Amino acid sequence: METWELLSKIIFLFVILAITLVVAMYSTYAERKVAAFMQDRLGPNRAGPYGLLQPLADGLKMFMKEEIIPTMANRTLFILGPSIAMTTALLTGVVIPWGGNLTIAGHVISLQVADLNIGILYIFAMVSIGVYGIMLGGWASNNKYALLGSVRAASQMISYELAMGMAIIALVLTTGTLSLKEIVDQQQGWHWNIFYQPLGFLIFLVCAFAETNRAPFDLPECETELIGGYHTEYSSMKLGFYLFAEYINMFISAAVIATLYFGGYNFPFLNRLPLDANVLTILGSVVFFLKIFFLIFLFMWIRWTLPRFRYDQLMNLGWKGFIPISIANIMVTGVVIYFKELFF
Amino acid sequence: MQSLTNRSKVVSDKKMTFMEKIYLPAIIKGMMITITHFFSKKTTISYPEETRPFSPVYRGMHVLKRDDIGRERCTACGLCAVACPAEAITMIAAERKAGEENLYREEKYASSYEINMLRCIFCGDCEEACPKEAIFLTNRIVEAGYQREPFIFTKNELVEPLDPAKRIDVSKRQTKAVLEFKKNGNLPHNK
Repeated sequence: METWELLSKIIFLFVILAITLVVAMYSTYAERKVAAFMQDRLGPNRAGPYGLLQPLADGLKMFMKEEIIPTMANRTLFILGPSIAMTTALLTGVVIPWGGNLTIAGHVISLQVADLNIGILYIFAMVSIGVYGIMLGGWASNNKYALLGSVRAASQMISYELAMGMAIIALVLTTGTLSLKEIVDQQQGWHWNIFYQPLGFLIFLVCAFAETNRAPFDLPECETELIGGYHTEYSSMKLGFYLFAEYINMFISAAVIATLYFGGYNFPFLNRLPLDANVLTILGSVVFFLKIFFLIFLFMWIRWTLPRFRYDQLMNLGWKGFIPISIANIMVTGVVIYFKELFF
Repeated sequence: MQSLTNRSKVVSDKKMTFMEKIYLPAIIKGMMITITHFFSKKTTISYPEETRPFSPVYRGMHVLKRDDIGRERCTACGLCAVACPAEAITMIAAERKAGEENLYREEKYASSYEINMLRCIFCGDCEEACPKEAIFLTNRIVEAGYQREPFIFTKNELVEPLDPAKRIDVSKRQTKAVLEFKKNGNLPHNK
């Protein structure tokens, strides 16, 4: 790898990190605003114009809080929990193609940190490790509510990861690749995967809600039953990391959904615009972020519309609902592809 | 039973139909409701900048009125204290001395008049009981405080200022009957 390439990658990595953090930060603000608007309120509007400095104030508050580690807690694991949650949440960003190629001074720079040929699997691996953050944190707290929360989180994530994986298998059947970049490039124009895999999209979307512990699947942390669930004993920035990791996960999930089902940085008539290639690339990235923001809004929209599922309903929906449907989806997709190749 | 609003629904635990089982129609219906609220007018009143409009008959902090030439109307009859269900009012009567005719309307006046605002329930019975139209509840707010002591309002806080520009308008709280009564110039009350 040449020096300029390495350098550009490193710079881009930091840009992505910064964007992820800023988006996650302002997701907390957006969440509160959306919640307020849907409840006919105004939401935070005191810190700065329109309350735009609220996330900074919240962050500062988190930092200033007293750091408490319970005496009976397992100190190592107690600290490891939020660290894992945060790290894995941030790691997923590297395989997502944030845009096409930029050409600067004769060098082609891809707006993707690493084009892994198993990009989807990498994301799944990272998300799965993310569960350990919650499990370890909940267990190490030595608190029964935290333990219950983490047990719920673990079983919920395992249940829904299955259905999610099978929704992806159906998608991979139609795309024929695991590389996210290739999947995006296949969806030029209106060939978005959502039109080929509507059921798969629905399953993936619902499972994404469950994976990110968002309402109506926020059972691991349901305030009313478990006083915060797995992060009951956490305070200060360690709590901040857990909460922040959730928002990063939401951002990454939205990015993955946009990549897999909404054409990523493609938009219709992209190639017909009489513009410079670099401008088109940036325009594509902007469109990609608009899609992501809409999906984040959808996450919030759902959260402030639906009540939480009961635990048995959650398990029923996962094991008796989504898994059979996703298997059927794979079968139908396979049969259609087989006959398509046979006759056309 | 006759329902009041016709909006109540009888709950049953019948088997869910297929459309109900897949939740989606209900979810979309719910999302449509929340999105209409998203764009609807907000009910929040951003307090220090905006204030809620008060009703003309709002019952807030009391005022002890002066008459048109600035004499205190209160004659310390004690009817307000008797009427007060919270026993918040107390007063000491005194006799008007010669030369004080420009200060007090009647021969007797309240040398001290106190309302304990922590006891007061702002019912307005004092103003109802007052035969001299001396006490009224106004649309002013009794401000919050950190100590109990300042909540016992004395004449300093209660009597309206002499300056005609700073007089407190209570005309909206006066009932039609009172206004009619005031028009009759023959009555000693209105002299």
